[in-house]
Amino acid sequence: MAAIDCAAAGITSTALARRLGAVLAGLLGGVFAAPMAHAVDLPEDRAEAMYHVYDGGGTKATGPALLVRKKIADKVSLTGSYYIDMVSNASIDVVTQASAYKENRSEYALGLDYAYRDSLITLSAGASREPDYTANRINLDISQEVFGGMTTVALGYTRGADKVGKKGVGFFDDAQHWQYRFGITQILTPRVIAAANFEAISDSGYLGSPYRSARVFGAYVHEEDPRTRTSRAMKFRLIGDVGGLGGDLLGRTSLRAEYRYFWDTWAIKAHTLELGASHYFGDAWLADAGLRYYTQQHALFYSDNAPTETRYFSRNRQLSTFNSVGLSAKLAYTVKQVPGQYDIKLNGAYERVRFKYADFTDVRTGAAYAFDANVLQLFVSATF
Amino acid sequence: MTRLSTPRVAVLATLLIAACLGGCAIKPIEPWVKPFERERLADPMMKFSRNALADKHREHVFDVREGARGATGVQGGGCGCN
Amino acid sequence: MHQPTRPLRRLIRATRHVLVAAGAVAMSVCAFAIAPATVAPDFTLRTTDGPNLRLQEQRGRVVMVNFWATWCGPCRKEMPQLNRLYEKYRSSGFVLLGVNVDEDTRNAVAVAAKLGVKFPVLLDTDKKTSQAYDLNAMPSTVLIDRDGRVRHVHRGYVDGTEDTYEAQIRALLKE
Repeated sequence: MAAIDCAAAGITSTALARRLGAVLAGLLGGVFAAPMAHAVDLPEDRAEAMYHVYDGGGTKATGPALLVRKKIADKVSLTGSYYIDMVSNASIDVVTQASAYKENRSEYALGLDYAYRDSLITLSAGASREPDYTANRINLDISQEVFGGMTTVALGYTRGADKVGKKGVGFFDDAQHWQYRFGITQILTPRVIAAANFEAISDSGYLGSPYRSARVFGAYVHEEDPRTRTSRAMKFRLIGDVGGLGGDLLGRTSLRAEYRYFWDTWAIKAHTLELGASHYFGDAWLADAGLRYYTQQHALFYSDNAPTETRYFSRNRQLSTFNSVGLSAKLAYTVKQVPGQYDIKLNGAYERVRFKYADFTDVRTGAAYAFDANVLQLFVSATF
Repeated sequence: MTRLSTPRVAVLATLLIAACLGGCAIKPIEPWVKPFERERLADPMMKFSRNALADKHREHVFDVREGARGATGVQGGGCGCN
Repeated sequence: MHQPTRPLRRLIRATRHVLVAAGAVAMSVCAFAIAPATVAPDFTLRTTDGPNLRLQEQRGRVVMVNFWATWCGPCRKEMPQLNRLYEKYRSSGFVLLGVNVDEDTRNAVAVAAKLGVKFPVLLDTDKKTSQAYDLNAMPSTVLIDRDGRVRHVHRGYVDGTEDTYEAQIRALLKE
């Protein structure tokens, strides 16, 4: 559909065909009949192999991950990915209430991309397996280029079904999830792109942890979480090429900023702010620096030590009032690049995050809890 | 029921967006960044997300430890070829 | 789904009519700057070798003008095919001009050399020619007949377009 022959059948018959098409086009809102609508390209073929490390607060999670995407037919490409977490957990919850443990989590995903004219339709499914938790997901994403390719509208839907289990007991309950996504990406100038994303997530079922306890009147009681949760998030982001400013000094540099506001039916309100800069050193080295600031207010039923007996109560520090500050650096080295054929890059990313809790105490010390986490990613990426 | 409830506004907005896309120079708005001006936007550093696998892992690290989740998005922009 | 109120129904109907009219107007006055059967806008551009090349000097030959850029994947994919067509038909009075729209001309020269491009590559750094041809896709290919008139316009490139190119070139060469 990309190549249109404007002189196809002679002028008069084309004009008549166009007038009839115009009426249809008007009724259908111009989406299907536009002769100027160009076709969208499938995402490029790629292969990525990664080794990831997370180390923080007594928890260590490391493992490999793999992603392969290949075009299998004219407008179709297939993606397969695989991710393993080898977790060695001695976090504060585990250490103060139980004993350290090790376990593995594997995640597999398969996806299909179909490029139809201006739209890209992606259907994918994923499964995550742990000894005491299984999660299955199906996703449908549609992204449509409009307005001469300057605007991309994206819609997404995810349906998830989890099975919750406990060691020694087996699987005893389940959780269901629904996610709805909407996003717009808009090219503002030849150097600036802006995007807005909205996502609504609904959960139902067993949403807590069978191992976690809450404190009520100083005594440890098993936590009680609501069985439903609906959350909304909206994110605004901006990225701009600032290489032109300041003459030749800045070279190839881009700056990015994003802000996300999150709110849900558990009364959690969170703000996330991320700033980043990317710069090329020569042709082969691309460096990134980033800053991430996150702050949230605690869930309605969260308490470090509940003074009253309520229907729901939890001491899950994920739901407490806290903030986190992260500093990250990334480096990518292009090993080999043949334009139009293939491209191999070696990448490393490191991030250090400090989590500081306002209303979660470290029972070992009695002070508010805080910890530092290190996140490391080493990977090879190739496009071909 | 309100006169301009959310579904209706969404339908009208979509129709308006659709009217601006495709077709030739439909006034009042014409795309102001031409395909041959998108060189800077085709640069990998202008992508919101360069490596899906690494970004997914990072998102997972934060999702598991923070209460907020979602809205990470699918991206447009780029070279706009074809 | 509730029944829409009267004023809203009227608004929806009016919007529908406006859209139909707009669609009809847009389609019928599809004003390409280069509509087929119009004279191809003339241009004089510097080639990568050095000397200038003017479109009008190519009168009498079938000209294919291909607008491309190094940062455009489909453009690079198309190059070997265009090369093949150029080698095959150049002796029959066919000329292929590759107009590059990169800001950095050294990049254009390097990539053209890497792809083994044999046809003349012209540099349109100020984008005036691209604007004159009202390009709304990358790559864009324009086929001009021996009288200097635009006969076919192709937007974008997918596998198989080169067969269409070949058929059209042969038809134009026969005239």
